[in-house]
Amino acid sequence: MPPDGNAVEIRNLVKRFGEFVAVDHVTLDVGRGEIFGFLGPNGAGKSTTIRILCGLLAPTSGSAQVHGYDVAAQSEQVKQSIGYMSQKFSLYDDLTVEENLDFFSGIYGVPHELRAERKAFALRMAGLEDERASMTRLLAGGWKQRLALGCAILHQPPILFLDEPTSGVDPMARRQFWDLIYAMAEQGTTVFVSTHYMEEAEYCHRLALMYKGRTIALGAPSELKAEHGDGATMNDVFIASIERAEEEGL
Amino acid sequence: MNWRRFRAIFHKEALHIVRDWRSLMMALAVPMLMLILFGYALTRYVDRIPTVIYDQDGSPQSRELVERFRGSRYFSIVERQGDYREIIQRINHSKAILGVVIDKDFAKTVSSNSVARVQLLIDGSDSNTASIAAGYAEALIMAYSAELREQQIVRRGAGKMETPIDVRLRVLYNNELKSKNFIVPGLIAVILMIIAALLTSLTIAREWENGTMEQLLSTPVRPNELLLGKLAAYFLLGMADMAIALALGVGVFHVPLRGSLLLLTFASALYLFGALCWGIFLSAVTRTQLLAYQASLVSSFLPAFILSGFIFSISDMPLIIQQVTRIVPARYFVAVLKGIFLKGVGVSVLWMDLLFLFVYAAIVFMLASRKMRQKMA
Repeated sequence: MPPDGNAVEIRNLVKRFGEFVAVDHVTLDVGRGEIFGFLGPNGAGKSTTIRILCGLLAPTSGSAQVHGYDVAAQSEQVKQSIGYMSQKFSLYDDLTVEENLDFFSGIYGVPHELRAERKAFALRMAGLEDERASMTRLLAGGWKQRLALGCAILHQPPILFLDEPTSGVDPMARRQFWDLIYAMAEQGTTVFVSTHYMEEAEYCHRLALMYKGRTIALGAPSELKAEHGDGATMNDVFIASIERAEEEGL
Repeated sequence: MNWRRFRAIFHKEALHIVRDWRSLMMALAVPMLMLILFGYALTRYVDRIPTVIYDQDGSPQSRELVERFRGSRYFSIVERQGDYREIIQRINHSKAILGVVIDKDFAKTVSSNSVARVQLLIDGSDSNTASIAAGYAEALIMAYSAELREQQIVRRGAGKMETPIDVRLRVLYNNELKSKNFIVPGLIAVILMIIAALLTSLTIAREWENGTMEQLLSTPVRPNELLLGKLAAYFLLGMADMAIALALGVGVFHVPLRGSLLLLTFASALYLFGALCWGIFLSAVTRTQLLAYQASLVSSFLPAFILSGFIFSISDMPLIIQQVTRIVPARYFVAVLKGIFLKGVGVSVLWMDLLFLFVYAAIVFMLASRKMRQKMA
């Protein structure tokens, strides 16, 4: 029974690694069915935040709820309600496409009678129907990413966390991947995606700009651009926001 | 513990094993290779010792002694008419181990009833073989000497004399004192340790190195499901190795299996389980394959090889090392294996060793399980 309220609610989230503050009092909400973008340079704290939301890291202070569950106290329930794709490709290279899907089906506890159907769906969605028996090691980059996504949605999670899913993939494959993200969102899945490609920011319903562990801008791409005057691009918004943050002494 | 997730892990792990044909070949070929190498090479059975004779006398008596050497299956004469130079040269070139020099007054001294001299020159660079060769040669010469003495006494008109003490030796359990009979059961302990600890030590570390652990951590899988799923896959591999070693030992080396096969299987399963858990524990602690591999080599394979009583007898070790062997599980397993194979004894005799194996397996399992929970939290 899915709890009411936002898909993700983050309140004053802080994560320190020794002296280094990776996430610095981040507060934001993500509504259900949204494609929420996390934009920022490397080291801005995007991955750390996502990893906290997935229950992979414990926050230093503050709180976060995913699908109504507290990430620190109810990580078990959180893990049941999310799909996660990490920055680094992390499926089994020595298993075939189909074996990887079967494995994650089992790990997510998909009931037997639903497995064939879900697998067929994931293969169709990822366009890997003809590659089902291929060794994962031999797949091209874009296909690997789509397979990783396929593995993450077998249990039909209400929320998907994608950590730079398109890094290192050619533009054509990136475009195809975003079509998939739209398809997932249309079915009601909340997608929380991080990226450092400016043009991808435009695809999101709403986004947060991350810089040195803080959110320095938050809103829909059109709103953010409008704030910065006519003809401003996402890039302009980003640079202006960083300059403002630096002036404020960040 | 969720059955579906356990099955998924087990199945995936089995696929890894089958796909990684190098490791699989190693896992299946190692037992055969080790059994063949050790079974044939590590025999402490010495015969056909290459011998050079330097007979300075050339009398009927000395020639008779030479004939005795020739007739014995323990010696093989490579040169009948050598000299000192020849003996040294042959030993230097490892063409001979033993040189026998018969004094030029051999016949004369024997018949004059004083003590005749025979010199033995032995290659001591392999002390084990040397002492065995010396023992055989001395025994042969003593026997001949006793005979000569007896002949003289008979010739002087006394009656036939019996040797005062007649020793009859009967060795229990390994009645031919064949080294393979204790080497093969001992090897099983070493083989299982290699397969179990070395292969599993890589398995968790590999997940960390490839980033797949991160993916697993984002799923509902529990540490114990991961642990037991992996254990189950490697357990089957280990038991297959056990079967191979057993088949080779009994079928090819004709090691007697006098005790219960069921008890043997049970004891092996217990030992294997402990060894597998140890490998996983190391893998979880070190997180890198290289480190895990080295740690398992040092901490499991070497003790199983050296401190288990498999090759080196524990009672011959310094006292402190003897105490150390008490915490080596292979020691108890070797005792169980020898008991079942050679003595045919059962639980009533071996229960202490079995109990230790059980306690060891339980402790290491708890350690591995705790470490997994810590690292995956």
